[in-house]
Amino acid sequence: MASPDFDRVFGALADHTRRDIVRRAIDGREGVAELAGHYPMSFAAVQKHVAILERAGLVTKQRIGRRKVVRTNLQGLHAARRLLDRYEDLWRDRIDRMTDFITDTRETDT
Amino acid sequence: MTVTAVQKDPSALTMTLDAEFDAPPERVWQLWADPRQLERWWGPPTYPATFTKHDLAPGSRVEYHMTGPEGDQPKGYWDVLETDPPHRLVFRDGFANDDGTPNEALPRNEVRMTIEPISEGRTRMSIKSIFPNTQAMEQILAMGMEEGLTQAVGQIDAILAGERVA
Repeated sequence: MASPDFDRVFGALADHTRRDIVRRAIDGREGVAELAGHYPMSFAAVQKHVAILERAGLVTKQRIGRRKVVRTNLQGLHAARRLLDRYEDLWRDRIDRMTDFITDTRETDT
Repeated sequence: MTVTAVQKDPSALTMTLDAEFDAPPERVWQLWADPRQLERWWGPPTYPATFTKHDLAPGSRVEYHMTGPEGDQPKGYWDVLETDPPHRLVFRDGFANDDGTPNEALPRNEVRMTIEPISEGRTRMSIKSIFPNTQAMEQILAMGMEEGLTQAVGQIDAILAGERVA
């Protein structure tokens, strides 16, 4: 089982529009209204996507002067990249427990 | 070392891990086929797993929960896709709601497990795990390679360089 943080990251990235928002927001130049202009959906719908990404830690909103821009959180990307490493650790631990269990039961069998 | 090889393909979001055991294939298969044995290794000691429904026939749903140090009980399930004892088991591992129904909002991953004899009393088990949202990860990882992006790309590269595993 992945940790809750990764669940959120993956849930957030499972959607095409949200992946696109993450890519566009690397520049950190656009606000929600500008982002909404790229998609054939309502402002409210885009706002919702941004909120999901925000909760997953993949984007943050930053104030620049009077504007608020959406910026991709590099640490969030980093976290996503680390998932496979974490997943490997999870399975390595399982293999260790399997090995221990096989060894233990062999000793009690004989 | 029991784990003999690990392959990670971030762009395809798959991980393949090979492990070897000093035991015949049937013994290794029992680690999956017997729920009480499965409980000994599926969850970490801090989150032991309890399998409440366990049938490895293709099409069956296996149900389990983990029990955390604070009594929390996250639930999970497997949808069994293929079974060929003692050689092969393919299932989708997902999270379940409190009532046991699959939580569709959370990601599932497919696990392909194979067992093969190497020599007398020695067995190789291979785990291939595939995440469904390949596209998502691919796109994120590809960002560092796209042309014409901002200086942020350099930052991503720097971060990813520290994580790149052969």
